[in-house]
Amino acid sequence: MYHSVRDLIDQATQRGVTIGTVVLENEMAFTEKTAEEVRSELRRRYGIMSESIVRALNEPQHMVLELISGQSKKQNDYTAAGNTLCGELLGRIMSRALSACEVNASMGRICAAPTAGSCGIVPAVVSEVARARAVSEEVLMDALLTACGVGAVITRNATVAGAEGGCQAECGTAAAMAGAAAVIMAGGSAEMVDACVAIVLMNCMGLVCDPVAGLVQLPCSYRNASQAVNAVLSADLALAGQNSVISADEAIAAMYKVGRQLPPELRETAAGGIAVTPTGKKLHKELKKMQ
Amino acid sequence: MNLSIFEVLGPVMIGPSSSHTAGAAKLARVAAMIAAKPFNKVDFALHGSFLKTGQGHGTRLALLAGAMGIAEDDERLKAAEAIAAEKGVEYSFTEAELDDVHENTACITFFHTDGSVSSITGCSIGGGRIRITDVNGMATDISAEQPTLLIEQNDVSGVISTISTALAAEGVNIGVMRVGRSTRGGVASTILELDEPVSDALAAWLQALPNVRRVCVINL
Repeated sequence: MYHSVRDLIDQATQRGVTIGTVVLENEMAFTEKTAEEVRSELRRRYGIMSESIVRALNEPQHMVLELISGQSKKQNDYTAAGNTLCGELLGRIMSRALSACEVNASMGRICAAPTAGSCGIVPAVVSEVARARAVSEEVLMDALLTACGVGAVITRNATVAGAEGGCQAECGTAAAMAGAAAVIMAGGSAEMVDACVAIVLMNCMGLVCDPVAGLVQLPCSYRNASQAVNAVLSADLALAGQNSVISADEAIAAMYKVGRQLPPELRETAAGGIAVTPTGKKLHKELKKMQ
Repeated sequence: MNLSIFEVLGPVMIGPSSSHTAGAAKLARVAAMIAAKPFNKVDFALHGSFLKTGQGHGTRLALLAGAMGIAEDDERLKAAEAIAAEKGVEYSFTEAELDDVHENTACITFFHTDGSVSSITGCSIGGGRIRITDVNGMATDISAEQPTLLIEQNDVSGVISTISTALAAEGVNIGVMRVGRSTRGGVASTILELDEPVSDALAAWLQALPNVRRVCVINL
């Protein structure tokens, strides 16, 4: 039984098991399922996530207003040409996060992680870090379970809804989950998971939810790409042994408080931020005309 | 942690919105299960955010798909209009005039092939979750998150006890039970949220009881 990131770490450390094991056992007790049933459903969902992050890499998806159509292919082609500033790993992660966003916006099938609007971050980071480190399926599953544990804590102790907490609650949480998974796959310690989650949230504290025309397209796709990168860079900071000073649970509480302090205009209402720029407003009018 | 990890990594759904796409499809799918009869025409009266912001989120496609039994994680959802044309199902979207209801509410009217009409109202409450709030004018509260039995019965004594005894005999545990009625001695409704699914045989047996008017099984 865990209620916080600290619980997860303490229980794993005291018992000499992984955080993923603590999460798995809680899931088995709570849902009365066997370990294999939980793993098998997790595998099925990861399969759907994996499909969503490759589908638009070579084939632009089409959606209302087409604000993000072709983003993934463009990034994928650019990365494949081998001349990126960020390097191959981050290029691959970004193009995959963009793919899931295109699939979602075009009414394709995705797995929310933790929300539909942030569905590219966890799968893009997990799949590419798993590939870069050539981790076993067992480690990948353990990393996903760790991500789920972090996501569950944030869902319970704060919020993952953009309408309640802004983009920091959606893409920020996804990045915290992805960062935790990356630390596990890179062989980091439980304490490093705590630091990584805290650093991820510090890096996006206050990020607002301001979708153009109210559509889950822009800036959502770029936020997926950038928060996926936030996850990986925060994992690297944690793996280098950086002290986050502030604990993950404290950062989660702070994120929640900031979310509630955000005015409604900056919480998924399309009434603030990027949504109300002159171009944003023009696009909103275009959408209204279509209705 | 009293939260399943599949609430965090999920739902598996057709994008872009868990409330306006996935929830809309589920709402209409459950409504069609409650209506439980073939139909050749369906009207969706939309309220609030469903009416205003539905276009960009495919809410109308999702509702139509759900009414035809297409699940919220099925990519055929996007082709709902073509599928309706193929099946000869007519559909319309209208503006609902509803007071004091959730922002994402739809009142779904099924015109059945036998000439009867069913009207079911519900809302999409976020994260793909739904509530059915009204069935043919009778207030209700169905989430369909558990296997659910909706029974319409004559308001006479002993019916509920017969139902619960039959469920117990099959090893089906009742989690939540809600009973209501239109008037004393009139039509009553019982909603049972169960820990186990109901077999077809048990549903048929319940349907055959003298004071039971209708049995509807919702197993998603």
